[in-house]
Amino acid sequence: MSHYSYIALIPLLPLASFLILGLFGRKYFKTFSGTIGTGSLLASAILSLYTAYQYFFIDGKVNGVFQKIIALKYTWLQFSPNVSIDMGIILDPISVMMIVVVTFVSLMVHLFSLGYMKGEERFATYYAFLSLFTFSMLGLVLSSNIFQIYMFWELVGVSSFLLIGYYFEKPSAVAAAKKAFIVTRFADLGFLIGILILAFYSGTLDFGVLIERLTATQSSQYISITSASFLGPSMLTWGLTLVFIGGAGKSAMFPLHIWLPDAMEGPTPVSALIHAATMVVAGVYLVARLFPVFSIDVTALQIVTYVGAFSALLAAVIACTQTDIKRVLAYSTMSQIGYMMFALGVSKYGGENGLGYMASMFHLFTHAFFKSLLFLGAGAVIHLVHSNEMKDMGGLRKLMPITHITFLIACLAIAGIPPFSGFFSKEEILLAAYQSNLLVYGLAVFTSGLTAFYMFRLYYSIFWSREALVHDTHHGEGTFSMKLPLIVLAACALVAGFVPIASLVTSDGAALETHIDIKFSALPVILAILGIALATFLYKTKSDRASNVAEGFGGLYKAAYKKFYIDEIYLFITKKIIFNLIGRPAAWIDKNIVDGFMNLLATTTGKISELIKGFQSGKVQNYALYFFGGILGLAVLFIYFWN
Amino acid sequence: MNEITITHILFVSTALFFIGMYGLFTRRNMITMLMAVELILNSVNINFVAFNKYQYPGKLDGVFFTIFLITIAAAEAAVAIAIIINLYRSHNSIDVEDASELKY
Amino acid sequence: MNLSILIILPLITTFAILFVKGLKQVRTVALIGSATQFLLSLDLLFVYWKERTAGNTTQFLFDFDYTWFAPMNIHYHIGVDGISVAMILLTSFVVIAGVLVSWAQETLNKEFFFLLLFLSVGAYGYFISLDIFTLFFFLEVAVIPKFLLIGIWGSGKKEYSAMKLALMLMGGSGLVFVGLAGLYFNTNANGAHSFDLIQISQMHIDIAAQKLFFPFAFVGFGIFTALFPFHTWVPDGHSSAPTAASMFLAGISMKLGGYGCLRVATYLMPDAAHYYSWVIILLATIAIIYGAFATMMQKDLKYINAYSSVSHCGFVLLGIGMLTQTSITGAVLQMVSHGLMTALFFAAIGMIYSRTHTRMVEQLGGLLKVIPFISTVFVIAGLCSLGLPGFSGFVAEMTVFMGSWQNPDQWYRFATILACASIVVTAVYILRATGKTVMGPITDLHYHHLTDATWNEKIATGILIIGIVAIGIAPFWINQLVTPGAENIFQHLGNVLK
Repeated sequence: MSHYSYIALIPLLPLASFLILGLFGRKYFKTFSGTIGTGSLLASAILSLYTAYQYFFIDGKVNGVFQKIIALKYTWLQFSPNVSIDMGIILDPISVMMIVVVTFVSLMVHLFSLGYMKGEERFATYYAFLSLFTFSMLGLVLSSNIFQIYMFWELVGVSSFLLIGYYFEKPSAVAAAKKAFIVTRFADLGFLIGILILAFYSGTLDFGVLIERLTATQSSQYISITSASFLGPSMLTWGLTLVFIGGAGKSAMFPLHIWLPDAMEGPTPVSALIHAATMVVAGVYLVARLFPVFSIDVTALQIVTYVGAFSALLAAVIACTQTDIKRVLAYSTMSQIGYMMFALGVSKYGGENGLGYMASMFHLFTHAFFKSLLFLGAGAVIHLVHSNEMKDMGGLRKLMPITHITFLIACLAIAGIPPFSGFFSKEEILLAAYQSNLLVYGLAVFTSGLTAFYMFRLYYSIFWSREALVHDTHHGEGTFSMKLPLIVLAACALVAGFVPIASLVTSDGAALETHIDIKFSALPVILAILGIALATFLYKTKSDRASNVAEGFGGLYKAAYKKFYIDEIYLFITKKIIFNLIGRPAAWIDKNIVDGFMNLLATTTGKISELIKGFQSGKVQNYALYFFGGILGLAVLFIYFWN
Repeated sequence: MNEITITHILFVSTALFFIGMYGLFTRRNMITMLMAVELILNSVNINFVAFNKYQYPGKLDGVFFTIFLITIAAAEAAVAIAIIINLYRSHNSIDVEDASELKY
Repeated sequence: MNLSILIILPLITTFAILFVKGLKQVRTVALIGSATQFLLSLDLLFVYWKERTAGNTTQFLFDFDYTWFAPMNIHYHIGVDGISVAMILLTSFVVIAGVLVSWAQETLNKEFFFLLLFLSVGAYGYFISLDIFTLFFFLEVAVIPKFLLIGIWGSGKKEYSAMKLALMLMGGSGLVFVGLAGLYFNTNANGAHSFDLIQISQMHIDIAAQKLFFPFAFVGFGIFTALFPFHTWVPDGHSSAPTAASMFLAGISMKLGGYGCLRVATYLMPDAAHYYSWVIILLATIAIIYGAFATMMQKDLKYINAYSSVSHCGFVLLGIGMLTQTSITGAVLQMVSHGLMTALFFAAIGMIYSRTHTRMVEQLGGLLKVIPFISTVFVIAGLCSLGLPGFSGFVAEMTVFMGSWQNPDQWYRFATILACASIVVTAVYILRATGKTVMGPITDLHYHHLTDATWNEKIATGILIIGIVAIGIAPFWINQLVTPGAENIFQHLGNVLK
């Protein structure tokens, strides 16, 4: 379908903007760069909306099933006759949905940043990095080749590194950027080895062929990958689990989540883009992309399920105790992604059984809007009070009415109150979990109550709780360009739930019937309302009830506040074990043993020559003596020992 | 019985050679050492002449070589004495032990 | 195309340098010479490409044969295939960048540029030689200037480093010579012995002889390319060398070894290569992991880059040791990529050092704010080193990994996984270095008065970055260039294996 080749423009426009701003921005478009970045993204967003329209409503469907369309394909690097990295563009429901989400959220963030980052010295650089990130993310979701996705995966990682470390003079920002990169890089190692395994057994890197070969149970590739095993599990399980590790790293799943809270050191709009709506769902997207293969491997799917569910719960618990508003949001992101992950985990491939898959994608879609809205709202607040801490906030509802209302909408959406968008997607997830795994369902319902609680704790701490400390009214809510994205995203958070994702994005491309059952929905909604009520009781007005409750939980509260000491464990492993037990000895051995051996060779040679240099005494008679002695020796040798 | 055989002559030349050697190794005076070297050369000369006389009486190669060696010895003595004189100028001595700078 | 120009031109340049006076004239001549080389190598690429697309499938193109010592059957036999063309391109990139970086060379500039360009004569000659004696001859030509460059213009404990480097490399070439001579005396070309690469490759060398002489040749060449445990000249040599010499050393002369391992040792003694491949892989894996961890502990920027070179050159040896077509392609790509990348890295470090007068990571900080261009170059070099897509390092490393994985042996897979793991460690040390050096708060008030890169430095780094990005964004051209050569070697290895 070559008429789709214009889609290449969607990622290429941000790339062009990155190149222009990166190379010339600092000099020539110092103030103009925001417009260039935003403009190119606007064009991309329009194009992707058009693509979505074209794909979903005009010609994506054949016989009621959405097709995978390869819009473009170039061989990029040929490894061997059959195995090559291709640069391609794949269109299928998830990739089309993702390009819409990515370009839309990115556009909002670009707009918001016009006001938020105004006057920054490295304004052009900021927009260049944003464009680079958007390019990489779009490339990632459009990838038609597993190695291509890995490449963009890395690029996303590095642009995230650059954006988190944007305030590079702050050591904490640099540390956070490094941490994010290294942790995800570690996870990518798993991804890479997973790719090597899958590619080796399937003999291809192309998604379409790979999925086809590994899902056909009679194919020789399938037989070889399932019959080979290593330490018990089959190579298929290994390959998929390793790929999932890669996804878990990017999606901040336990235990690879430690980078996400620290990543909040970046500018807040960046967090809205990267750590809410786009990059962190890359892991979910990856699992969804390979879902046909995942769905035939029970073990791998179970790993996905339990990691997702546990992360959802853990993050929600930690989120209840954090005082930095961005960190609360970060943990809530982790928790919501946990939902998406286990929704995939409990799903099966095709038809009614594919409910979890659809629910996961649905939640991804709605979450993108309300979470980026929350982050942008938090950004507006931080812009006003110049602090991330809850203690510096409170009573801001009068100072920033628009932010307040939109933030409230987002909170209701994430809490799962009907008719906000989060309700619909979460219901589907819970239903999918209920149908296949009651333990996970229990965890998920409990977590959804917690979610409502900590979100409203956040909401009340920012906007209620006490009189505003800040009286700087002229600053207000910032420029129009900051308010507009809030309003637009709030509108989306309101209506996104009514988008018929069920009939568009499903595991096998065929439409899925869904219905909301009031009896089933009652429990989570009641729990959510209870959570909100509790938060209202504790945090709406300033009192010591909250701290009393915290006291009551004692050790648990402290552990959650300290994020269950996971950071400390990592620090212990890296600093103490890897540095001291591997790094230092390696450097020491190199210096003293390997190099020492070379130096020993040199000094031995030197010593030997010291020993024998006395023969060259400078005395003629000695030489004459050696000479005649030698002659005599040779004479004896020749006369008596020759033959 | 009274005839002088090659063995006798070789004995003489060997004796001369080792006397020369002894002089070369034990004397510190360079002139003396030079003289010792001359002794060694002369012992070789005697050998040449003797072998020529007794082994190849019809040929003259040994004699030629002897004359050649005498010439060389003269030239060598001239060069050696020149070196010694120069050494004497710089070191104020013709003791061979004093001229041992050329070492490690 | 007459390949001898590649030797004659730098040679003319070196002698022209001897006859001019003053820094300005010297550097102009050097620049003209190296720029001509640069254009010549691009032309070579173009001409080579044209021949290949025209359907010329001869293994070595443009070959020329002249007997220069008949009794020993030594020929001046030259010719190129894709692998050599890639290496020649690399050399010319690094040479011109090196000349530009040393633009303001103060002391003894005539001798400096003379030696620098003389080194390039050796490198070009080496890469085009098809006669292993001639190859060895050029290898020696390339060694001596390094000793002088470090010994005279170096910094720190330069005498020690120069001595160490020269002795270890000489030791290496001694081993190489034993290997080559052993090979020579086991050849039989119509009753005579032969040094000719093509001829030897068509013969069947006695397997016992291969097993005996392969280690000599491989270890000898390996020393040049930092084969563990003979890598210790790398850190000392690089850190003491002046900037351009570091660039040449890491960018070109370490590649001489890799090329030799591949072209001479592995290609000419294929049975032994199979026999010893596990040793090569073991040593390469150790070098990769251990080099990476040792890098993590370094405090001096040049040491960091030098140790990371040990780790990265491990990939070259790993690729050669795995003996699959893709891995051999990967090894060549890694040589080119590492050559460009490490030259860029050393150039950036040199520029930082010439301004701040320190290379200690702890003392530097916040340079991105004061010297943004140099810092960006530094970051780019770092990102390339940690294998970011879009730069050459990614392409090369991934090709090595994919190729290595094709070798079905379980233990080799394990080695591949270990090698993959090094990319995480690489990320750690690269980010540590960049995070502290170019980011973070400014550590010294004097840094506020630093000036950013001058035009010559911008061009030098620009050329290297173009090379890196050209491979990183569009690797298919170099892949197509190198693959036929790698295929030849692979098939040769396979034929022997049966």
